[in-house]
Amino acid sequence: MAEILVLVDHADGEVRKTTGEMLTLARRLGSPAAVFVGSQIDTAREALKKYGAEKVYVLDSSDLTDYLVAPKAEALARLMEQHDVGAVLVPASAEGKEIAGRLAVRTGSGVITDAVDVESGDAGPVTTQAVFAGAFTVRARVTHGTPVIAVKPNAVTPEAVDGAATEEQVTVEVSEVAKAAKVVDTQPRQSSGRPDLSEASVVVSGGRGTAGDFAPIEALADVLGGAVGASRAAVDSGWYPHAYQVGQTGKTVSPQLYLAAGISGAIQHRAGMQTSKTIVAVNKDPEAPIFELVDFGVVGDLHKVLPAVTEQVKARRG
Amino acid sequence: MKIVVCVKFAPDSTAPRKFSSDDTVDRVSVDGILSELDENAVEEALKIRESAASDAEVVVLTMGPEQARTAITKTLQMGADAGVHVVDDAIHGSDSIASSRVLAAALERTGFDLAVCGMASTDGGMSVVPAMLAERLGVPQLTMASEVKVDGTAVTIRRDGEVATETVEATMPLVLSVTDAANEPRYPSFKGIMAAKKKPVEELTLGDLGVDAGEVGSAAAWTTVESIEERPARTAGTIVTDDGTGADQLVAFLAERKFV
Repeated sequence: MAEILVLVDHADGEVRKTTGEMLTLARRLGSPAAVFVGSQIDTAREALKKYGAEKVYVLDSSDLTDYLVAPKAEALARLMEQHDVGAVLVPASAEGKEIAGRLAVRTGSGVITDAVDVESGDAGPVTTQAVFAGAFTVRARVTHGTPVIAVKPNAVTPEAVDGAATEEQVTVEVSEVAKAAKVVDTQPRQSSGRPDLSEASVVVSGGRGTAGDFAPIEALADVLGGAVGASRAAVDSGWYPHAYQVGQTGKTVSPQLYLAAGISGAIQHRAGMQTSKTIVAVNKDPEAPIFELVDFGVVGDLHKVLPAVTEQVKARRG
Repeated sequence: MKIVVCVKFAPDSTAPRKFSSDDTVDRVSVDGILSELDENAVEEALKIRESAASDAEVVVLTMGPEQARTAITKTLQMGADAGVHVVDDAIHGSDSIASSRVLAAALERTGFDLAVCGMASTDGGMSVVPAMLAERLGVPQLTMASEVKVDGTAVTIRRDGEVATETVEATMPLVLSVTDAANEPRYPSFKGIMAAKKKPVEELTLGDLGVDAGEVGSAAAWTTVESIEERPARTAGTIVTDDGTGADQLVAFLAERKFV
C-alpha cells in the first residue's frame, strides 16, 4: 500500500492537534507515514504512534530548521523519490502551504490547499474546500503527479489507532539555494494559556462593542475552555493583537461553538467564521448582520450579558 | 533597484461572488478590483522606493483578462511607476502552478531585485504563489512579513508564525510577501490619479514570455473540480432581547447544545 506522507505539525516536539487529524485522514488513503523534522522526536513519538503512524521518518538537521520553507520542501521531495508515496498531507498553516507550493512545483504535482475534508476516491484523494467566505463547497482532486494537500485544522476528529511507528532516520542534503533565507531569531509565541485559535473547539470573539475591554471575553473563553478571537475593528483599534484576528485577513476558524460579542458581522469577519458549527452572538444593535448567521442571539449589552453567563457557567460546574 | 509587485485582479469580496459554467471563478460578470491584500504589497514597495538610497522603480505585474487592467491602474494611482499586463486568452482557468509559471517568466523578462506579493488573493486565497515563484526563480523567499527592513541589498523580515515569531534574512534578488499587518495602504491622491494616466503599461502575450499555451489554462491545470455546491443559507436562529434574562436564556441554549 502506498505511503501517505504527513508532515508533523509540532512545537518543540509537542505534536499539535492537526497532526492527529492528518494521520487519521491519511489512513483513509493509504499507509500513514509521519515526517518529523526536528530534534525532539522523543517528545513526539507517542502521539504519532497513537494516531496510527505506521512509519516515522525522522529528519534531524539544523539545515532543515535554520532556513525558511525551502529545505523542508526539498526533504519531502527526496522522500517522494525514495518511497512509493500516494499523497502528501501538510498543515494548512502559512508555512505548510508554502511547503506544499514549492513541493508541487518541484515534483510536478497538483496542489490543493485549505482542505476541510479528504476522502479516498477512484481517481485519487478527493478534497472538500469551503470557498468564497464559505459560500460554496468545492470538491476537487489532483490530476497530475502526487497529490499535495494542505489540510485545515478541525477537518476530522483524530482517531486513536495504534500504528507500528517504525522509525527511520533520514539524512537529507539541503542544497545551497534552499539555504538562502536564514532564520536568525525565533521567539516562541507567548502562551496565553488558552487553546490555539485555529484549533480550538470553542472561540469567544470580541469586536468594537467591547470598547477595548476584553476582560469579559477572556473570562467567558476561559470558563468554556475556549480561545479568544478579535474582529478587525478591535485589532485595528489596538485592543487585541493581530495574531487573534478572525476574518478574511486573519485566521479562519471553524470551531464547534463560535460566540461573537460586540461584533457587527461585516463580510470580512464572516469569511473567517461562518463555517463554525454553532454560532452565538451578543450585540446591542438588533440590525447587526451577525444575527443573520446565528443559532442563538441576544440583543443586549455584552458587558452585562457575558459576565452573567460566565458566572452561571461557573456555578453549574460547581 | 527594481521592485516588481505581482498583483491579482479578483472579484470584489464584498459583492456576491460566483463561478462560471466551466467551474472557474467568474471574473467577468462580477465586479473585479485589485485584490485587497495586494494593496499592502504595493504600499510596501512604494515605502521601499521612497526610502531607497539610490534610484528605485516600482513596476506592477499582473496576468488576467482585459479587465485586469483596472487593478494595474489602481496601483499606478497609488504611485507605482509602470505596469506589465500579461493578457492572453489561453491563460483562462490557470491554476496556481500555471500562474506561477507565467509570473516567473514575466519576472525573468522584466528583471527584479525585489518581487513583492500580498499574503493571499481574496478569491483563491491559497497563499502559495510567492513560494512557487521563489522555487521557480531559484531566489530566496522572505514571505508573510509583518515587518520589512531593507539595508542595501540585505532584507530582514519579521514573520509571525503559528507557534513562533521568526526573524529571517536574505539578500536580493528575492521574493517578498507582506501581510496586512505590515503597513496601511495609501489612498490614491487626486494628483496620483491624474499622473497614472500618463504612466506606461506594457501588454505581453504568452508568446512574448516564451510560455507555451499548452502549459497554462484550464486544460493544463493539475487539479480538477468534481463539484461545486452553494452552501445552504443558515436557518434563522432564535434571537432574544435582553430584558435581564438574556444570560439565563443563553446559558440554557449552551446547555441544550451540551457546551456547558
